[in-house]
Amino acid sequence: MTAFLAVLVLAVWEWGSRTGRISTLFFPPPSATVRALRRLLSTGRLGENLGATLYRVFVGFGLGAAPGLVLGLVSGWSRQLRAVVDPFIAAAHPIPKVAILPLVMIILGIGESSKLAVVAIACFFPMLINAMAAVREIPPIYFEVAENYGADLRRVFSRVVAPATLPLAMSGVRLSLNTALVLTLAVELVAAQKGLGAMMWLAWETLRTADLYATLTVTAILGIGFNLIVQALERYLIPWHAD
Amino acid sequence: MAFECQHLHKIYRTRNGPIPALEDVSFRVEDQEFLCIVGPSGCGKTTLLKLIAGLLEPTSGEITFDGQPADGRPRCALVFQEHGLFPWMTVLDNAAFGLEMRGVDRQERHDRAHAFIGRVGLGAFANCYPHELSVGMRQRVAIARAFVCDPHMLLMDEPFGSLDAQTRLVLQEELLRIWKEYRKQVVYVTHDIEEAILLGDRVLVMTGRPGGIREDIKIPLARPRDLRAGEQHDVAEIKWHIWEILKDEVRKSLYVTA
Repeated sequence: MTAFLAVLVLAVWEWGSRTGRISTLFFPPPSATVRALRRLLSTGRLGENLGATLYRVFVGFGLGAAPGLVLGLVSGWSRQLRAVVDPFIAAAHPIPKVAILPLVMIILGIGESSKLAVVAIACFFPMLINAMAAVREIPPIYFEVAENYGADLRRVFSRVVAPATLPLAMSGVRLSLNTALVLTLAVELVAAQKGLGAMMWLAWETLRTADLYATLTVTAILGIGFNLIVQALERYLIPWHAD
Repeated sequence: MAFECQHLHKIYRTRNGPIPALEDVSFRVEDQEFLCIVGPSGCGKTTLLKLIAGLLEPTSGEITFDGQPADGRPRCALVFQEHGLFPWMTVLDNAAFGLEMRGVDRQERHDRAHAFIGRVGLGAFANCYPHELSVGMRQRVAIARAFVCDPHMLLMDEPFGSLDAQTRLVLQEELLRIWKEYRKQVVYVTHDIEEAILLGDRVLVMTGRPGGIREDIKIPLARPRDLRAGEQHDVAEIKWHIWEILKDEVRKSLYVTA
């Protein structure tokens, strides 16, 4: 049904813009988008820009989510550390991370590192918050069982804390990865020569609407793809979670 | 190894002030003895078990093992009412957990755990996760886990409390059967008077909060026992006697909370 509706909308759109009932400047026919996509693909422009975007997403994610995970696990565990970390989260988390790009560019320059830094900072918080909550929500009974059977600290971590926090940590990964994509696009729109965001901006400046739709389509596929990958990873890593 | 609780007091410090959970609890459990503890809900039975297990420290008083202080505590295994299994481990890994913590290598601990899982009738479920099992099956795994690591003493906190009546009967018999084979010292907490009489050599009756010992009753039933043991005449007497005591305590605790 959904697929049918989608095809129907696309068909009406195609027909409408071909017959001049819909403005082709705003809504070029889907076939034009497909042609633009092919052209971008064959000239290598898409590959090059997609590569730049993926690089920023994954490197930024890695730089931000990894320390977020570690700090989250530790401060979920330690009440003292949590007391220190909590106010910082409360203060820094609500700031829209794009807003700090100019400041970061003053500090790190206009090169790649400032873009990665902004993406990393944005990925850091959802991971930190999820990891922290994950540790705090472990039912005390699991620690009691582990202690009763004589588990040492290392084993409590590997056999209780790590698996118990995995489901929420994976939601952290999903959130962080989505954030990474949003931030990468945002940063590229305003301050990059390469990347899907930069491509969109160029398409807007030159009023090539079909290119814009083509890039949007790729971005959408990217977002959906990330979620599918994380879902597959969850099914593989968390087999005890009943759906 | 016999152990003895001497004048145990436990007071929980909470934001709303101290809450006394246990008051002057003293009793002794002989080696290989099956002791049942009944009491109204909230009387500190679980607290008492955790004190014996060493998961909590008493506010005052002490627990001695053959006269030695508690650092010489022999190995004990706790069985909880519910949710005591790790959801991320298979039945086999759960049952082998105690051995794993003691550093027994993988092959050996799996062999030993497998044998026990088979004994509680779950051999076919070794690679299932707990959420795929019924509550009764999970409790069997929990019991297998406790027995597998060959503890000196078993501490059971209403292990069948959340089961339906029929499943409970089956598991009670199963527990008696396993216990006959592997004589352990058992401290078994329950709110079910019949269960306490059926399983225990002795029954301690506790008062409402703060928990103390009201009475210490010997159960004059021969072993091995089965479910029919509960029908004997003198057992009915004991049952009523315990109920008379508990009725008082339950009433009191209802008034306190009301």
